[in-house]
Amino acid sequence: MREPVRSIVIIIGVLFGSLTISAFLIWLERRLLALWQDRYGPNRVGPFGLLQPLADMIKIFTKEDWIPPFADKTVFVIAPAVIMVTVLMSFAVVPFTPAIQVVNLNIGLLFFLAMSSMGVYSVVLAGWSSNNKYSLLGGLRAAAQMLSYEVFMGLSLMGVVLMAGSFDLRRIVEAQRHLWFCVPQVLGFLLFLIAGIAETRRLPFDLPEAESELVAGYHTEYSGMKFGMFFVGEYLGVTLISAMIATLFFGGWLGPGLPPIVWFLLKTFVFICFFILLRAALPRPRYDQLMAYGWKVMLPLALLNLLVTGAIVLATG
Amino acid sequence: MISLLRSLFYVFLHLFRKRETIQYPEQKAYLAPRSRGRIILSRDPDGGERCVACYLCAAVCPVDCIALQATEDEQGRRYPDFFRINFSRCIFCGFCEDACPTYAIQLTPDCEMGEYKRDKLVYEKEDLLISGPGKYPGYNFYRVSGLKIGGKDKGAAENEQPPVDLRSLLP
Repeated sequence: MREPVRSIVIIIGVLFGSLTISAFLIWLERRLLALWQDRYGPNRVGPFGLLQPLADMIKIFTKEDWIPPFADKTVFVIAPAVIMVTVLMSFAVVPFTPAIQVVNLNIGLLFFLAMSSMGVYSVVLAGWSSNNKYSLLGGLRAAAQMLSYEVFMGLSLMGVVLMAGSFDLRRIVEAQRHLWFCVPQVLGFLLFLIAGIAETRRLPFDLPEAESELVAGYHTEYSGMKFGMFFVGEYLGVTLISAMIATLFFGGWLGPGLPPIVWFLLKTFVFICFFILLRAALPRPRYDQLMAYGWKVMLPLALLNLLVTGAIVLATG
Repeated sequence: MISLLRSLFYVFLHLFRKRETIQYPEQKAYLAPRSRGRIILSRDPDGGERCVACYLCAAVCPVDCIALQATEDEQGRRYPDFFRINFSRCIFCGFCEDACPTYAIQLTPDCEMGEYKRDKLVYEKEDLLISGPGKYPGYNFYRVSGLKIGGKDKGAAENEQPPVDLRSLLP
């Protein structure tokens, strides 16, 4: 009797927690970007502007939810839901603390990779169903970018898997009790970080939306809450990638003194801030540069990392 | 790669810079004394209305937002019976101030005139008239002009010579 209640509480907690965090990331991002541009950012609605997401939400819910007559209606409606679902599904395997995890899969890492690959469908279908050339270009770019970066994203994590000897995210965290994987797997960490930015389509890898070239890319035709879902999906993605970086390379909930959940959230928060700093500082690369960079630099490096890690693991253990 | 890290670092340092923002309702931006905002009608140092209702401001106004009606008091001083500025039309070009021969109409550094109703942007003379001389203290049109009004005869103005008797041959 107690066990099902506990898991339901955890599921609801994780669901609402991640959604709330991603909603407040909208505020955090605007605030941090402003700070890095010598401004204040939203500071009027509530204390420190903290109620800004609420105001935005009221606004976006009362907007006209318009489907263009030339769009492929069914796909147009499904596309924004896909991104939310895939990202929220990924949160199921994230080990927040030893006690808080929705489901402890023994292939948690693979599940995460699979779900982040599914996320590309959302963008591609959104671009396709809008029947708009800019949207389609955005969708095409998204497909190419995600496919290229997916490859070495998976490969860069194999070093971690080799060292931990498991795809189970909880075992991976436990394996970092003495040394965080960001030290022996520094190359893997950097590769995963770059791939993670590309996977969430964040600046500087935001070519699928590239507002200066493609209007708004794949979500040009979206309005109201459908656009809001893409928006929240993007922030959920940022939270997820930051949580995964913290889990895989920075020891997840491990840390002295503070309770495990605080350590986990702290590490995640640092990486979220780093993602926002990237947006504030770096320009967007050209499309061919992005592809060349992915295939000619990152993929060989990921393979090299896997090869060297494999050899060392084989030699020592 | 190094340049990317360097730009990341420099952008991060902006966290500790001074903010550029002026937090408007609490802090006010500096407006130059001659900046063009809300229009006022000034009075001369003696407290009389400066406006002589010459219609030059209404004539020069490119958007026709000024309306007035001239009248005259028992002393022969011209003044506007009503003076109305429709600020929902006014473009704050300042032509009226340039055209005014008596420094009566002046633009002030005040731009906080927002209203919820358009009617409230129509200012009547009592809204426009201020108690002081505005930007030109000490200037009194009737005291320097040659015009004869009650209490001041011809030739009695400042720096004015007595009128010449045209019918006399004496130097």
